Amino acid sequence: MSYTAATVQLLSTEGTLVTSDATAEYLPYIEKLTDDQLRDFHRQMVVIRKFDIDAANLQRQGQLAMWIPSLGQEAAQVGSGYAAKPQDHIFPSYREHVIARIRGVDLMRIIEMLRGLSHGGWDPKEHNNFHLYTLVLGSQTLHATGYAMGVLFDGATGTGNPDTDEAVIVYFGDGATSQGDANEALVFAASYQTPQVFFLQNNHWAISVPVTRQSRTPLYLRPGGFGIPGVQIDGNDVLASYAVTSANLDAARSGGGPRFIEALTYRMGAHTTSDDPTKYRDIEELEFWTKADPITRMEKFLRARGEGDAFFAEIEVEANDLAADIRHRTLALGVPDAEKMFNHVYSEPHPLMDAEQAWLENYEQSFEGGAA
Amino acid sequence: MASSDFTLPDVGEGLTEAEIVSWKVKAGDTVEMNQVLVEIETAKSLVELPSPFAGTVSALLVEEGQTVEVGTPIITVSSDGEDVPATAVEEVSEIADTAATVAAVEEKSGAVLVGYGSAGHGGSRRRGAAVAAVPAPAAPAAKARPASVPAAAASVIIAKPPIRKLAKDLGVDLAEVSATGLAGEITRDDVIRQASQASVFRNIQTPEWGDQREERIPVKGVRKAIATAMVTSAFTAPHVSVFVDIDATRTMEFVKRLKNSTDFAGVRVSPLLIMAKAVIWAVRRNPTVNSTWTDKEIIVRHYVNLGIAAATPRGLIVPNVKDAQELSLLDLAKSLEQLTLTARDGKTQPAQMSGGTITITNIGSYGMDTGTPIINPGEAAIVALGSIRQKPWVVDGQVLPRYVTTVAASFDHRIVDGDVASRFVADLASVLEEPALLLD
Repeated sequence: MSYTAATVQLLSTEGTLVTSDATAEYLPYIEKLTDDQLRDFHRQMVVIRKFDIDAANLQRQGQLAMWIPSLGQEAAQVGSGYAAKPQDHIFPSYREHVIARIRGVDLMRIIEMLRGLSHGGWDPKEHNNFHLYTLVLGSQTLHATGYAMGVLFDGATGTGNPDTDEAVIVYFGDGATSQGDANEALVFAASYQTPQVFFLQNNHWAISVPVTRQSRTPLYLRPGGFGIPGVQIDGNDVLASYAVTSANLDAARSGGGPRFIEALTYRMGAHTTSDDPTKYRDIEELEFWTKADPITRMEKFLRARGEGDAFFAEIEVEANDLAADIRHRTLALGVPDAEKMFNHVYSEPHPLMDAEQAWLENYEQSFEGGAA
Repeated sequence: MASSDFTLPDVGEGLTEAEIVSWKVKAGDTVEMNQVLVEIETAKSLVELPSPFAGTVSALLVEEGQTVEVGTPIITVSSDGEDVPATAVEEVSEIADTAATVAAVEEKSGAVLVGYGSAGHGGSRRRGAAVAAVPAPAAPAAKARPASVPAAAASVIIAKPPIRKLAKDLGVDLAEVSATGLAGEITRDDVIRQASQASVFRNIQTPEWGDQREERIPVKGVRKAIATAMVTSAFTAPHVSVFVDIDATRTMEFVKRLKNSTDFAGVRVSPLLIMAKAVIWAVRRNPTVNSTWTDKEIIVRHYVNLGIAAATPRGLIVPNVKDAQELSLLDLAKSLEQLTLTARDGKTQPAQMSGGTITITNIGSYGMDTGTPIINPGEAAIVALGSIRQKPWVVDGQVLPRYVTTVAASFDHRIVDGDVASRFVADLASVLEEPALLLD
């Protein structure tokens, strides 16, 4: 499954803007972007790709238990991530590293989780409403819908003020669309007309199961059955991702009910480092999506607008610096205090936690006399 | 110049070992950070490992084809200067001291039992043991697959996990099985049918002649050890071998009943088990076959450390079941299964191969009727169990199809004369003809 006639594309693989009847309603969003914003789109994509590759290297060097690559999906994430307004709430899946970065989460929080040092916690309130990674497939769609219902009940949306009205965006994958959770979330979102955008990154593979096995119809047609409008975009086009998500979030926040975006992209790497995609994927498919690479076309676009080598060299340096910094900090990570395990199980003191903590301390002390 | 070892990481989730498939660098090469060093094969996939250091390769510590445990140092890289210290594992605790977030690290880091990034601590201690436990690299031809050919090109094999296990146990390659299941899946019957055909159409593909006129294989490791043991045995202990053909039908019936019994559920039962029990029984009746010659005296063992000759990818080894005379039939079956599995995985420890008192070689598993085995050095007898198959057999003047096998044994003639040898083998034969004798 690749692009269809319905796929909205604003930036061609040649790096030129696509003007047509289909793009007319979205191009104004692009026209409003400043040069700095466009540069930032590119910068974020390049930097996160370098980070992503280096994190995978760290896993192969025994520093992480696992890595979840986002390679190839940068445009879908960067565009939609920037489309969310500060007051919007973002519910990620577990691959949206660049959106975490855009919303101010230190990437080390993700590294720590995949090294097995934390459960992946950060406080969404202190991180620009970027909620937690959810490793249980698809359940974040329910969290997001529930949250969006709350926003609705609080009257924090649909007042007509685009600077304060809240919306919710939830990220999930093609595999999650086959889960009950995602379908239940769509039912409730439609019933309550939540201020919400379902952002599906169709990267074509649910680990080793191709999307063609999971769905007989293009996935953007599925929400139609729930009474939710769906649109399909070129997920490797950062401008389409930004503009279409902006339009849909605006509609949602102004009382238009839930929306659904299917971003066609491709998981260029493995599902995780525990997986070997060469066992089930064709080289041809990989070649098709290599030609559709999100970074290459954005670079062409920026160069055509007059951006010079200096800018591209600068972000290269920034990417390398970030990767080096992450490596340095990863190697310096210690083992967290065992106390941390017990602190966040209950919000208040709890006798069982006290007992278990005391047992563990006792057990650990038993080593110091003998073994050491 | 600082040198650092790269220890084999766990690249999956909870993998314990990997095979070194091919090195991409050699000693003396300059490597950059994240440059691919080596391709390894885990239980899950082929994986390339990027270098965690920049510098010069001092030594490759593991040869291609070897399987090593996670945590084993595989390569040493020396850094030319002090400009890359952030990556050296040894530096970690120093950096950690200054990291504000990890105040507890100093006292805790030494106590890490599991986890990521901590493998370097045990590195130097483990090296000697790990290398010693891995003798010569066997030819990895059977396991190697061309990395450049995506496996997706092969036709899809559908089989449930129990069927896959059955195929593995029977040595059946699922790719060669024609599936008859409704959804194109391979059924239990398909695997069993293939297994019976496999004994006929085995290895029908003959490889090309080697492209060189002669090939020189270095004599080392397990091959060298086997050669030394065989020469020692053959030229110090004068061998005598005896054979007897027997009707093992009742053994086959016994094995079948055991397989169906609930107590033996999940335990591998084969005629070898009955033979093992028979050997222990016959040793008690003929103790001198279970002894050692020392020129001054003959040491007769009143216990049985029962050796089982096992072909492994690295060559022949003979691990033994200690004090096998103490074991019930069920425990003996479990011990034999464990011993074979350990040997097949190449994990047999030296202690498991020493102290044997008598050995069984199951040449029947290769379809051979019989042979003249060579005694394991330090022992006085070795028993060969031939293949068991239906053959014409005369029962009460009538020719009937019966499960027939040949029992053979070789003895050290310095200790065992023809009479004891014959009585011992006759005892084995009588048990295989009537396993109920074990009730004695």
